[in-house]
Amino acid sequence: MKYKKRVVITGMGVIAPEAESLSAYDEILRSGRSLIRHVDELEEFGFEAQNGAIADPGIDPENELLRLFEIDLTSDFIKLAVKAAYNAWQDAGLPIPDPDSEEVDYDTGVMIGGVISGIEQLVSKVVPLLEKKRPRRLGSMIVQNTMPSGASAYISSIFALGNQAMSLNSACSTGVDSVNWGYHSVASGWAKRMVVGASDAYNPYSWAGFEGMRVLNRSSNHAPEKASRPMSASAKGFVPGSGAGVLILEDLEVARARGARIYAEILGGFSNCGALRGQGSMTFPNREGVIRALKTTFELCEIKAEEIDYINGHLSGTMADPFEVQNWYDAMQLKKGQKFPYINSTKSILGHSLGAAGALEIVATILQLKNGYVHASLNTEDLHPDIEKRIGREPVPLKRVDFPGMRIAAKANFGFGDVNSAIVLRKYEE
Amino acid sequence: MNKEEIKEKVISILKKYTRREEVWENFNDSSDILNDLKINSARLVDIILDIEDEFDLEVEDEAMDRIRTINDVVDMIAEKKAEKKD
Repeated sequence: MKYKKRVVITGMGVIAPEAESLSAYDEILRSGRSLIRHVDELEEFGFEAQNGAIADPGIDPENELLRLFEIDLTSDFIKLAVKAAYNAWQDAGLPIPDPDSEEVDYDTGVMIGGVISGIEQLVSKVVPLLEKKRPRRLGSMIVQNTMPSGASAYISSIFALGNQAMSLNSACSTGVDSVNWGYHSVASGWAKRMVVGASDAYNPYSWAGFEGMRVLNRSSNHAPEKASRPMSASAKGFVPGSGAGVLILEDLEVARARGARIYAEILGGFSNCGALRGQGSMTFPNREGVIRALKTTFELCEIKAEEIDYINGHLSGTMADPFEVQNWYDAMQLKKGQKFPYINSTKSILGHSLGAAGALEIVATILQLKNGYVHASLNTEDLHPDIEKRIGREPVPLKRVDFPGMRIAAKANFGFGDVNSAIVLRKYEE
Repeated sequence: MNKEEIKEKVISILKKYTRREEVWENFNDSSDILNDLKINSARLVDIILDIEDEFDLEVEDEAMDRIRTINDVVDMIAEKKAEKKD
């Protein structure tokens, strides 16, 4: 990109089902263990698609700092984000500020996105009281727990962060866009350090909309681990998930000066929108927009497509997957003899946690890049014939592939509203 | 219900809204709810809702505005309880 500053990732935190530490998350990715379970409550609510992946928003009672803030928090979206941010902050080796100090770090900002974010609070809290005509009984905490910027507001309060504190929503592109926003903020000098990522919590009220759209897999209630089938010929819709992923981005000079451990470098990122033209609609991408977004990303990052070793796709397990692979193929324009890179879907393990998905998938991408492997893309035994015809079987790992030489990884998400977002990560080189 | 009993209940309500246990190590009847107990001012409306439930009464906004200390809360509740009896 045309910026002078380089931006590196120095800390990561995830709250995923059964994984609240990076090591647990890495182990799940390595072993290719599905986190998708049957959710009895969905059955009780009359969902035909009853599987999901649920991350625990509960705050550790031993965590003295987060406990100070817990009394205000009713939103699971904020709790997940705050927990992931705490883990990322600690992972980056940054000092935990004294909550009684008036000191503010005006060089560090926060951008936590979410799709449903806190709006489920309207259903669980506001609706019942308004039906009784008693809005006064809502008390004082409803707005700050509902507003999408609530997670960023609490994180800035916990860590005394005085740069920008905002939220972003671009449907299923939210995670990649939040990280890209942080990248641009640090690279341009707006901030020296950014806490970025996304969160979305389990809530039957917010998941119900996807049930209504008939976009969830309804045919695998008795085999939850088989339900999320990105790139499979028998893919029948996505499986909703939840969680949060947070990364600490730093100006390379700042990271170096404090001797931080560096996971990877962000080469750049780009987003666009297909404007719902061509094949594009609210729920399906305009091919031209996707290809343009990917090509522009490669150009801005000053990489050649053949340098990409690994793609972490959006790949949610719907009929759109073969089109996505085709779009990557067309955007890359590989020459004869150049191999299509490995490609997998982290959603095959975690389900699709809406806004959080991109952030959790970027963390997964970085762990694979740093630790040298490509995780299994579960349930691809019956790879979709259009995908096999286009790129062959080899790029889609049915089992984990060790890949210590991996250097450059590309990650994209595509979302409702015909939005396309991509980011390129490189193993850190001096 | 005498004032001591009211005070005990008020304190147990206020404890739900204090971030730190330490503020209760040194307090008295004239402790200021916002400054001494370090309760977030937005939380006063939640405290009033709890008081309404606990003591079965209604607190209008003007009464809420007059509250500064633990004593103010106890006096307000005692007054309202007395009015109710009349």
